[in-house]
Amino acid sequence: MSFLTITFAVLFYSATILLIVGLARRIRMYVKTPAPLKIPTTPAPTTSGGVVLRMFREVVFFESLFKATKWTWLFGWVFHMALFAVLFRHLRYFQEPVWEPVIWVSPLFKYLAFAMIIGLLGLWARRIFVDRVRYISAPSDHLMLALLLGIGVSGAMTTFVAHTDVVAVKSFFRHLMMFDFSTMPNLPEDPFMVAHLALVAALMIIFPISKLLHAPGVFFSPTRNQVDNPREQRHIAGWARKLEQ
Amino acid sequence: MAKTDFDIPQLEEYTETPALEVGTMAHSKPFVAKVQFQEPLGYPGELPEDWQKQAIDAMGDLLGKYRSLQVYLDSCVKCGACTDKCHYYLGTKDPKNMPVGRQDLLRKVYRRYFTFAGKYFPALVGAKDLTKDVLDDWYSYFHQCSQCRRCSVFCPYGIDTAEISMAAREIMARIGVGQKYCNEIIGKVFKIGNNLGLPEAALADTLEGLEEDVEDETGVAVKYPLDQKGADILLVTPSADFFAEPHVDGLIGYGKVFHEAGVSWTLSSKASEAANFGMFIGSYENMRRISMRIREAALELGVKRIIFGECGHAWRVAYSFLNTLAGPFDFLDPKYPVPQHILEFTWEEIQKGTLNIDKSANDDMVLTYHDSCNVARASRMGTEPGGQFMIPRNVIKAVCNNFVDMAPETIHENTFCCGGGGGLLTDDLMELRVKGAKPRMEALSHVIEEHGVTNMAAMCAICKSQFTKVLPYYGMSMDMIVSVHQLVSNAIVLTGQHTDEDQVSTGDEQVAA
Repeated sequence: MSFLTITFAVLFYSATILLIVGLARRIRMYVKTPAPLKIPTTPAPTTSGGVVLRMFREVVFFESLFKATKWTWLFGWVFHMALFAVLFRHLRYFQEPVWEPVIWVSPLFKYLAFAMIIGLLGLWARRIFVDRVRYISAPSDHLMLALLLGIGVSGAMTTFVAHTDVVAVKSFFRHLMMFDFSTMPNLPEDPFMVAHLALVAALMIIFPISKLLHAPGVFFSPTRNQVDNPREQRHIAGWARKLEQ
Repeated sequence: MAKTDFDIPQLEEYTETPALEVGTMAHSKPFVAKVQFQEPLGYPGELPEDWQKQAIDAMGDLLGKYRSLQVYLDSCVKCGACTDKCHYYLGTKDPKNMPVGRQDLLRKVYRRYFTFAGKYFPALVGAKDLTKDVLDDWYSYFHQCSQCRRCSVFCPYGIDTAEISMAAREIMARIGVGQKYCNEIIGKVFKIGNNLGLPEAALADTLEGLEEDVEDETGVAVKYPLDQKGADILLVTPSADFFAEPHVDGLIGYGKVFHEAGVSWTLSSKASEAANFGMFIGSYENMRRISMRIREAALELGVKRIIFGECGHAWRVAYSFLNTLAGPFDFLDPKYPVPQHILEFTWEEIQKGTLNIDKSANDDMVLTYHDSCNVARASRMGTEPGGQFMIPRNVIKAVCNNFVDMAPETIHENTFCCGGGGGLLTDDLMELRVKGAKPRMEALSHVIEEHGVTNMAAMCAICKSQFTKVLPYYGMSMDMIVSVHQLVSNAIVLTGQHTDEDQVSTGDEQVAA
């Protein structure tokens, strides 16, 4: 095995562990921390079914962001949806045999890389040109966009400009997933593919220690996930109940 | 109008988002609570030597107790959706009054002490040590948030700056840096029973005076009972209702509605205050202690129902928190929600037809209505989501002929705070209050010009006091503000009431016939 192949094998195992363990710990903390008071932003659903629907609209359509600012919504929504579509298409690099729906959408979904890049550029432009957004941006906020753009652009390069030996890349990941190192092929030494994989690993590593925590966070947001029924049902946290004794 | 040492904003036709100007409100801060206002609430009187450590410990404690705080400090992506949503930013242009700007004052310290990135790469993620300058910023800007939750409507993760402000104020109080206005008032509630420090005898006198006034005017003996054991309904209302204008006209209205509905009711000298400033300072313990008075009063008086008068944050604490803080209320009549809002009661009576209404009594006014933030975005009325918007409007329309709403982006859940909520209704924050009122003043002046609006109805003691004080700064008259139940009071024709208006309107009918 080449040095590059060994490096990336170690890198992806580490990144995967950090991502899963980091996220699991964070989510466990969110689960365990009580919400002592009913604070849904009203008007709010009065049933759990209603809350599921509210969360669905929030996560799929970015409802609140749409109410707030149309440009940020447009770029943000296009970026996220294109990202999910592209990720879905990426299943083909990890499955054997590849799931039918992935095969169907693949020829079309590959162009969504451009939507993703345009979305990111739009968001970055707002960060640079809108004085209020510029004021609240830390270096990490710019770097995060650079990282995602790097992933999008390097990935698009391997698909549209400098074709990489994607069969070898897939074989590498299949072997990683099966913990089969005896017949593991070498990763192609293609600069765009190397950059793409390195940046993805970096993203996985910083996910649980960065603002990317908004992804699990939104599901735990009490203003969005609580049912508006405080008069009907008494809501009390463990630590608050202790005050009653 | 009072002389000012600050510029009063020019009203625009529509509220525009201003370009930011750093530090315009860095000087604004309320008086710090002295030791005698801190101790009754369980807080130290002055900054201890190891205040940084104590503040960080307090933050850690709150992070473990409030999921909102933990999730909101983690989740912000700095998208900017909230940046033009706060009335204090729109009125002052200070970027630390953008909701995210305000949150970041706490978030940067959270990151420094509680996150990997902030511990090892502080510059990269904008993490900062907790220094005296940072504490000063906290004190200044966390007292420039009225906890109105408008930002939480627009945030894609529902981040509520009110939660952050409350936590920050609790942390500061725990290291001896409490706010005088709120803490002094909470002390009065504990000692005397209400925010104004109105003792029982004075309260009884006031209510007797009201009975006389109403009887003089209408010829009907409407009662305003105090501590009447065995009454069906305990009315808990903000103490401003006992004497302030236009609040007291609302209280007169509640009494008339109860009288006509034929129910027995009482006020309580023990729970002679609906307000609960424990929420403003973010203290669960104090909020709970204040709430328990209401439970105790209900038990002592043996009532069957609890109804709250017109007050915004009090209704949030009542509707959303009372069951949590002072429940369960299984000793009350299970037929009624606990608690109810006076507007829920009045609207029901109007629908039942028990009230004899003469809408023309309000014909001298063209009304608009200000949705109070805590009612709009932190509570409900009735059984349907959004009842908190419809029920007050239904009542107003049932008692008035002329009603116009303000622009849609300034009402319902989009409503702008009056500028004085969240424990900021104090003269030491006058500049902030005037500037923070700008978006609401713009929407109001727009309907005045377009639709000839003469009066704005409100249903929150703080909104009423704030507007009464601030309207003159913008060249409008302080008596434009009316209580919703003042309108009800004007229009109710009490059973057996004989007034001049009756005779006049009878005359009109004859002419028309």
